[in-house]
Amino acid sequence: MNPRRQKRLVAVSAVVLVVAGAVGLMLYALNENIDLFYTPSEIVEGKQGQLPKVGQRLRIGGMVVPGTVARDQKSLAVSFDLIDTGPVVTVSYKGILPDLFREGQGIVATGVLTEANYIVADEVLAKHDEEYMPPELAEKMKGIKHVKPQNLGGTD
Amino acid sequence: MLAELGNFALVIALMMSMLLAIYPMWGAYKNHAQMMALAKPLAIGLFVFTLFAYIVLTRAFIENDFSLAYVAHHSNSLLPWYYRVTAVWGGHEGSFLLWVLIFSLWTVAVALFSRAIPIQMVARVLAVLGLVAMGFYLFILLASNPFDRLLPFYPVDGRDLNPLLQDFGMIIHPPMLYMGYVGFSVAFAFAIAALISGKLDSTWARWSRPWTIAAWCFLTVGIALGSWWAYYELGWGGWWFWDPSENAAFMPWLVGTALMHSLAVTEKRKVFKSWTVLLAISAFSMSLLGTFLIRSGILVSVHAFATDPTRGLFILGILAVTVGGSLLLYALRAPQLKSTGRYELFSREVLLIGNNVLLTAATIVVFLGTLLPLVHKELGLGSISIGAPFFNQMFVFLIVPFVFLMGLGPLSRWKRQSPTALVRQLLIAFGISLSAAVLVIFSYDQAAYMAALGMTLSFWILLTTLQEVMQRIEGNKGELSVVAKLRALTPSHWGMVLGHVGFAVTLIGITLVSNYEQESDVRMSTGDSINIGGYDFVFNGVEELKGPNYGGHVGLVDVFEDGDFVSALAAEKRFYPVQRTTMTEAGIDSGLTRDLFVALGERLDNGDWALRIYVKPFVNWIWAGAFIMGIGGIFSIADRRYRMAKVAKFKSLTSNGKTIEPATEAN
Repeated sequence: MNPRRQKRLVAVSAVVLVVAGAVGLMLYALNENIDLFYTPSEIVEGKQGQLPKVGQRLRIGGMVVPGTVARDQKSLAVSFDLIDTGPVVTVSYKGILPDLFREGQGIVATGVLTEANYIVADEVLAKHDEEYMPPELAEKMKGIKHVKPQNLGGTD
Repeated sequence: MLAELGNFALVIALMMSMLLAIYPMWGAYKNHAQMMALAKPLAIGLFVFTLFAYIVLTRAFIENDFSLAYVAHHSNSLLPWYYRVTAVWGGHEGSFLLWVLIFSLWTVAVALFSRAIPIQMVARVLAVLGLVAMGFYLFILLASNPFDRLLPFYPVDGRDLNPLLQDFGMIIHPPMLYMGYVGFSVAFAFAIAALISGKLDSTWARWSRPWTIAAWCFLTVGIALGSWWAYYELGWGGWWFWDPSENAAFMPWLVGTALMHSLAVTEKRKVFKSWTVLLAISAFSMSLLGTFLIRSGILVSVHAFATDPTRGLFILGILAVTVGGSLLLYALRAPQLKSTGRYELFSREVLLIGNNVLLTAATIVVFLGTLLPLVHKELGLGSISIGAPFFNQMFVFLIVPFVFLMGLGPLSRWKRQSPTALVRQLLIAFGISLSAAVLVIFSYDQAAYMAALGMTLSFWILLTTLQEVMQRIEGNKGELSVVAKLRALTPSHWGMVLGHVGFAVTLIGITLVSNYEQESDVRMSTGDSINIGGYDFVFNGVEELKGPNYGGHVGLVDVFEDGDFVSALAAEKRFYPVQRTTMTEAGIDSGLTRDLFVALGERLDNGDWALRIYVKPFVNWIWAGAFIMGIGGIFSIADRRYRMAKVAKFKSLTSNGKTIEPATEAN
């Protein structure tokens, strides 16, 4: 092999090694950090025949059931129920809820499933748009009417 | 009536882009001077008519013309006038009009500031730009027209601008970002024009360098402004969320950074030509991909405007044609791209390409992390999300070799560097950075490995940059004072120094704020006080707030350090009645070494309030670094040699005994 070819071989194998290493690391990191999305009924009844495991990190999206938002009197701990078309799942969270968090509003929470229908969330998201519903949620909840707050009063 | 004129102006602009795509290209092929000369007036026309359409839309906003659907949806008569002007890009249609306006601005800039470049090249570059423009003008007119009327039943008042966008940061962030995004189209057009012409020497790299750097500067500053806005406006205190819309802007930045460095190698050393062309194509493709991701509404994001599948498909079509076409052309021509320079394994060329590989790897990480959830869903495997930890982990892995090479590259020579000659210098730099990092870490209460790593990397960049400048001064053997020798360094050299220093400054900010920020969500009643990070935050209650188009509450917090008054913060909770939205406006006391941040949460049952309080060390350095990088870019563009290209070419040609015909370029 002449020196020029040898140099190329070194360069190419270095690139291949770096790429292989990067892909390996990436897949490893991905495995650790993928959060699956569930609706409340999927958590209780299973998704594609599989129930989520207790202790699993996941995302849940649903409507906040009116009247279930309960604040602790001393701290910022709060809990509320989420619903889509079937059973209810309770979410607990400690901290400040987003501006658009409201009863009857669609929200997405990320956290750990600690019991079969109980999630301890470390993040609660509600988006900044009246008509907004996370696309994934809207898809799951087709058929349910999302009433705009200004239409609730019956005027207009 | 005026709105119809605006619409008409857009149609004329479309016609002009079509002519621009055809005539100069044909002229360059036939070597027909008059047809090539058409490129400049057509580019000017394109810009003027787009500007006219844009002004018409702005006027409609200022005069509250709610018969226009777009104005009715994104403005309100109570909106202050300056937000009415910026509301033009507050929605999908208008932001696209801004996109094409900026596109035509870059086009006209290329037409006007390219006297140093041969007319065939300029003609081809403008024709490529015209071709891309054609796709987007068609898109605006067919799928996203801002001049659609709501006649005969138009509303009395508008639905108001999204309160999130009613902010100073929003006035400048989108135009800056778009200048960057769209600016890569120029580098793309130069690369494509070079491929078409078959003249694949490295001159095209020299011509497109200042344009690429300019676009990169805008993108850098645009991203920094977006991050800053998210920090003070969203009320979460974070400065980067790995949100898909942020990633969409970050990907072109990563590729653009690689391109900028690869262009330098191609211009100076005539190597890596093929790779540079590929990067130029990728940078613009990433910009288009970003536009597609954000504007098609397939992503869950603050930036996702009203979703409309036809729009997404249309942009996807433009993306596919542009990327597919340019890659096909590349595949046909790439075998002709022969690198002529020679270099050894340990040389500046190889170090630079090493960093290019790492930047590409980073782009792939962001690309996968952003698109995998989409692909996963489309394949019917269910919805997933990929959290920030994935990106953080990957970037920690990538940044270590990246920064190592970043320090090494400028110190080494082109062609060949003896490794032993640098070892002493590098060991000194490493030793000092490690000890400095350890000192910094010990000044904080607890040690963190990540903080030590980040600080070592930052000091490494600063020290090697300093060594590099010293090396240059020692290399200058003239009988000059140090100051005079420093002045003898070229502006583009200072550009590099500032760019690298800026990166180090950003890295310091990121490291310290990620490892040492103190956060607390607390429940407070009037008079309560809490100590966070050595500061006492005293809550003085909540007052009513009355703004021009909003009401709400403002929480008053006084901050003391060791009993001394530091600052009075006002954390607002605004309610915008038209859109029925609540917005958090944090109270921030900014400083060189720390930010104090208070955001008002909700009112609790017994009259207490929830507050989010942060002490963020060195957070401003993140954005300051980005601005230093931007200034570095301006220095680089200011270098005289970019404007001397024609003179140099003239000299080299005449010295070869050939004659050239400068007459065609004179007009």
